[in-house]
Amino acid sequence: MNLREFAIRYGFLALLAGLVVFFSLATSGFTSPQAAVFILQSVSLTGILALGVTATLVVGGFDLSIGSIATSAMMAAAYVMVVLEQNALVAVLACLAIGALVGLINGIIICYLRVPDLLATLGMMFLLIGLQRIPTEGRSIAAGMTMPDGSTAAGQFDPAFLALGRHRFDFILPDLVPASVVVLIVLAVLIWFFLEYTRFGRLMYAVGSNARAAEFAGAPVRAYKIWAYIISGVFASIGGILLAARLGRGDIASGNNLLLDAVAAALIGYAVLGASKPNAFGTAIGALFVGVLLQGLTMMNVPYYTQDFVKGAVLVVALVFTFSLSGRTAR
Amino acid sequence: MQGTPVFVVKGLMKSFGPNRVLKGVDLDLHPGQVTVLMGANGAGKSTLVKIVSGIHSADGGTVELSGQAFAPSTPAEAMRAGVVTVHQAINDGVVPALDVASNLTLDRMSGKGAPLLLNPRRIRREAREVADRMGLSLDLSKEVADLTLADRQLVAIARAMAHRPKVLILDEPTSSLSSSEADRLFALIDRLRAEGVAILYISHRMSDIRRLADRIVSLRDGAIAGRFEDKPLDYSGAVDAMLGRKSGHDAVDARSAHAPVFSAEGLRLHAGAEPFHLDLGKGEIVAITGLVGVGKTALAETLFGLRRPFGGSMRLDGRPYLPTNPADAIGQGVFLVAKDRADNGIVPEFNLARNVSLPFVHRLSRFGVVRRGAERQRAREQIAELGIVCRTERDEMYALSGGNQQKAMVARWLAEPSRLLILDEPFQGVDIAARHDIASKLRATADSRATVLFVTELDEALETADRILVMSEHTLVGEHVNRGVDMERLLAEVAGRGLRGAA
Repeated sequence: MNLREFAIRYGFLALLAGLVVFFSLATSGFTSPQAAVFILQSVSLTGILALGVTATLVVGGFDLSIGSIATSAMMAAAYVMVVLEQNALVAVLACLAIGALVGLINGIIICYLRVPDLLATLGMMFLLIGLQRIPTEGRSIAAGMTMPDGSTAAGQFDPAFLALGRHRFDFILPDLVPASVVVLIVLAVLIWFFLEYTRFGRLMYAVGSNARAAEFAGAPVRAYKIWAYIISGVFASIGGILLAARLGRGDIASGNNLLLDAVAAALIGYAVLGASKPNAFGTAIGALFVGVLLQGLTMMNVPYYTQDFVKGAVLVVALVFTFSLSGRTAR
Repeated sequence: MQGTPVFVVKGLMKSFGPNRVLKGVDLDLHPGQVTVLMGANGAGKSTLVKIVSGIHSADGGTVELSGQAFAPSTPAEAMRAGVVTVHQAINDGVVPALDVASNLTLDRMSGKGAPLLLNPRRIRREAREVADRMGLSLDLSKEVADLTLADRQLVAIARAMAHRPKVLILDEPTSSLSSSEADRLFALIDRLRAEGVAILYISHRMSDIRRLADRIVSLRDGAIAGRFEDKPLDYSGAVDAMLGRKSGHDAVDARSAHAPVFSAEGLRLHAGAEPFHLDLGKGEIVAITGLVGVGKTALAETLFGLRRPFGGSMRLDGRPYLPTNPADAIGQGVFLVAKDRADNGIVPEFNLARNVSLPFVHRLSRFGVVRRGAERQRAREQIAELGIVCRTERDEMYALSGGNQQKAMVARWLAEPSRLLILDEPFQGVDIAARHDIASKLRATADSRATVLFVTELDEALETADRILVMSEHTLVGEHVNRGVDMERLLAEVAGRGLRGAA
């Protein structure tokens, strides 16, 4: 293995390790368990969305609607509990159903109505951004809010639902690990196992790499593509549930960065271990990388407005790693 | 023949790396004559066209146009000198988003001296002149995207003819046209011939060739293998020169089927095609041969559930067989090694073992989880069975030679037992050693199934098959047991004068 191969394979992991070492020397308190957990918590939502979009990248597609699916799920959760006065379970199921349904519609539009993936999901994004505001006429949803007809909403957030965003599990230290981090880790392991080890994941990769070859080998290509969009939709709605639980309200102004951060994490993932293709492990590392970088910069008192610049720079470098250095043509 | 040639190619040579594609080609074209160039895939036709149209440069040899040296370095230069090429992909010659008038005058919009602003009236007037000269009766304001393929083709040729070229090269212009659409193209070609243009017409379609050819030149393995100028033209001879037989075949010990597996009655591949009958039996290898575009791939795809037959019925093991998709066909034991492995076979992101396991990965899984040990074991077995040259079963596909990639594609389908194994052009881009390995493996394992190969090259059929069927114009026209084959009859059938509905 020559230097170039080594750089392609381990470059990003080495960079991540280097960042951790640098920040722990340059700041105080970066290496504490609390700081580590804080980083994980800060990336948990984008990480979950990124893992979902990874599934669509694997089949050679793309899903731009994930951010708006997440905020729609957030609004739906708030609406179900505050206005319809239902419990946490109903709210969660409603959100998951919305995610799955939107994913299914995306898949059908792309596979059967032959709209290109980027355009179909872009259209869906606009549609959902508008749709999620219609029931409350553009207002945010919180307990005791005034409804468009002048009445007051009677329901409130179920404490069990709020626990999804606020409960912390004991791990080494008491009250250390937030529920959202646990959800992130569980979903990451699940999707990683699914893509790497099951025959369904294998055929999804085949569909993304050469759809005709997959079809000629008997794989139901359209079904796999549709399932990928359903996975993406469901993951995004889980992100939305956690967002609602963390905020305790349905805030129409939140969740703006989710799409871009998630896409960045998934694309950075191409460069991890020289994979040159979408992969769940890489996506998780990509999300972590962004989290470490931003947390470190924050602790070094770098102004917030440079953070987007840094994220963008990291993404560009990662894409150069993937498409230029490795010499393999992906996608 | 009459007069002096306008276009003379002498000793043209071209290599790509170690691969000598043109080995000294001589060719001359006369004004007012259609010269048909025939050649199998890989004979060097496209390379020849690309050199004279300025896309590639030659390694050796000379080209003269009207007595002057001609060595264009860009397509535009070739066009200005008077050699115009209409390429096979119709949409390369037109801009779909513009209207017919703009397309016909497109070349005047760019280049030196073109006015900055477009004058729609002038464009319309110039386009009208071009169209009238070509006898083109099209609505000039129509967008090209709304035209049929045939009309686009005519626009592309008319656009090319706007330069008043001395030499017109048409590269398989009818490959995506119906026969009535082709007739309009032929009428245009007749008109150009009468105007004294020297035309080089590249085609596989015997019906086109019979309709147009003043003379035929056959290209084989990068050299001219035959010239046919005396009327009536010797079509069988031209096919023979193009596909030819090299001496010293390993004689095949032709076997006969020991039980029927597949049969088709009154099968029709498209509306205008004659129905035909097809029987495939257990233990035999049947090669279906014919020129490119006569329906071989259409038949392979029909057997594999990728397209529906236009008429007729099929039976597999006595039961009605009409697969709705490849998964259905595979489920019933009908496997296809598709042609053009890079497009239809190889998954480039997968290594060798994963490419081999692809169609049957579910049989190598437990509870949905792929058993990687079993997968690699299967790959190692197949590597040994077919003699795939590689370091390990985890090699990436791009690291393998073409022959070994093709062996992997065959191995993929030999790894599980089948009722009917279909191979479409399995020896395409495969070196001779790998070709022998694949053929002998097919023969060694043929006993348990029916096997059918679709090949253009006669050599490949003669080397591999027990029985050879000839296809022409989407139907079967001849049958030969591979034992002292009557080559004259076979070639005549390939050239399109076979007995209709036989076999």
